[in-house]
Formats: sequence, structure tokens, C-alpha cells
Amino acid sequence: MTILDRLNEAKSSGNYAAMFEAVPYARMLGLEPQVDGDGLITVMKFSEHTIGNAALPAIHGGAIGALLESAAIFELLYRAETIVLPKTITITIDYLRSAGAHDTFARGTITRHGRRVANVHVEAWQGDRTQPVATAHAIFLVMS
Amino acid sequence: MSDDKVRRLNALRGFTEGIPHNKALGIEALDLERATALFVLRYDPKLVGNPDTGTLHGGAITALLDGASGAAVFAALTEWKPIATLDLRIDYQRAADPGRDVLCRAHCYKVTKNVAFTRAVAYVDDEADPIATSAGTFMLGTKPGGKKP
Repeated sequence: MTILDRLNEAKSSGNYAAMFEAVPYARMLGLEPQVDGDGLITVMKFSEHTIGNAALPAIHGGAIGALLESAAIFELLYRAETIVLPKTITITIDYLRSAGAHDTFARGTITRHGRRVANVHVEAWQGDRTQPVATAHAIFLVMS
Repeated sequence: MSDDKVRRLNALRGFTEGIPHNKALGIEALDLERATALFVLRYDPKLVGNPDTGTLHGGAITALLDGASGAAVFAALTEWKPIATLDLRIDYQRAADPGRDVLCRAHCYKVTKNVAFTRAVAYVDDEADPIATSAGTFMLGTKPGGKKP
């Protein structure tokens, strides 16, 4: 089964965990879906191997960046009528606070979805939704 | 070996061994010269974004660019200070070649009193044919508690 088949099957059955499991790197990072009234939240379960600074401790900026990029991609897949694999063109990450040794949550908002390009804004937070640890805006190529 | 070279080799080990996420991903520091860092990300199927093509996930490239850029800032400083990434912009030019390690050369091209500026290139064989490029800014002398001053 191709990745598109797997994503389509997961989406049509509402099995978002299977959607996440289709992406090896999402599994490696420990990403899990959480669906609430507003849509999809991508959760990065805390794991020692995501630590970038053992003294603080703080999660690696690269892991936070990967969470933001993944949350944006999963938001596109979650909202898409026809699934295509989004290709990241550019992402800009603002690091706002150090992310401690806790679960991290991220939600993407599609600000524009065109025929070829989609723009997504993403926020990541830990305990307090109003105190984001990082935000990002990303642009994806969304052509089949 | 000069004291400077020993210090650099210790720093290389620190970036490779002392950072759990780098170890988990297979990111190693290969070289640190004045204001420049050379890192490698070892290809591994667990880092794949698209299992049909075997190309690496952008997130793994992000971790490589972020890590190398931070190291380049340390390599540019005359005395050790805690630093924190303020922002990182990554432009993806092409997919990473399946099965191939990815190199990253990061350069800290400007250090001011409070802020350092970096550019980095992730590539396989040829720096002129990048997988991704990045521009970053780093706050210098952040409090060890992690809060931005």
C-alpha cells in the first residue's frame, strides 16, 4: 500500500492514529493525534531522546521545529478533501520560550489554501495554551 | 596539538555525545572552525517522511540545521555564553537522496552584543546543490533558566 493509500484509508475511517503511524519520523518523535471540538492537535509525548539541553532540561529546537512542521502537514491532511502529500517549501520558526521535559502540543491553522500552495500558521505549547513555546509559519506545495 | 584544537575536539564530542536528541537522530559534529560548523545527519529509515520514496522528513533536516547553526555561534564567540535560538527560517530546495547521509555547513557571519546571525546549507555531495538552506538568529547571554532576557 502506498503512503497515499494508507493516509486515505486512515482519514476515511477517522483513524488519525493510523495517519500518524504512516510517517516513520512521526513515530520516531512520538507524535500522536488528539481531536477536539476545534479539530486536530498534534501531541509530542515527552521522551528523553528529544532533549537538546540536558542541564535545563529543554527539548531540542530541532524537535520543536519538527513538531511544528508535522502539525502543519497533519492539519493539511486532516482538512484536505483530496489527499496529496504536502511538500514543505519554507518554514520560519519563532522560538519563544524553552520547552521543558513535558508533552508538547501543536495546532495548525490554514491561512490560505490555493491550487498549488497552502500557507499554515502553527502554535506549540506545553502547560498553558496562552504561553506558546514556539510558533511557525510554513508554506507547502500541495499539488498531486 | 594546540590548546585551541583540543578545545574544539572536546566541543565536537559535546555536540555529538552531550545532546540526547542529536544522538537519537544520528547527528554528529565533524568540524568546528572559526565561526563555522560542519555536521552530518546519518541516513536512517526511522527518519523518513515518505516511506514510498525513502526521503528524509523535513523535521530531521530542521534539527540538523538548528544544531549546526547553534554550534557555529559557539564557534564564533570568544568566550562561552548560553545562547537561545530566536528564529530559524528554512527553505527546502529539493528532497534528500534516499540512503544518503546529509551534511550541513553552518556559518555565524555576524555577532553583535546581544544577537548572532547564521546561515546554513544542508547538502549531500555538493554545497552548490542544497537540500535546504537556513537563516537563523540567536540571542546571546540568555539566563540558564531558559527565559529570554
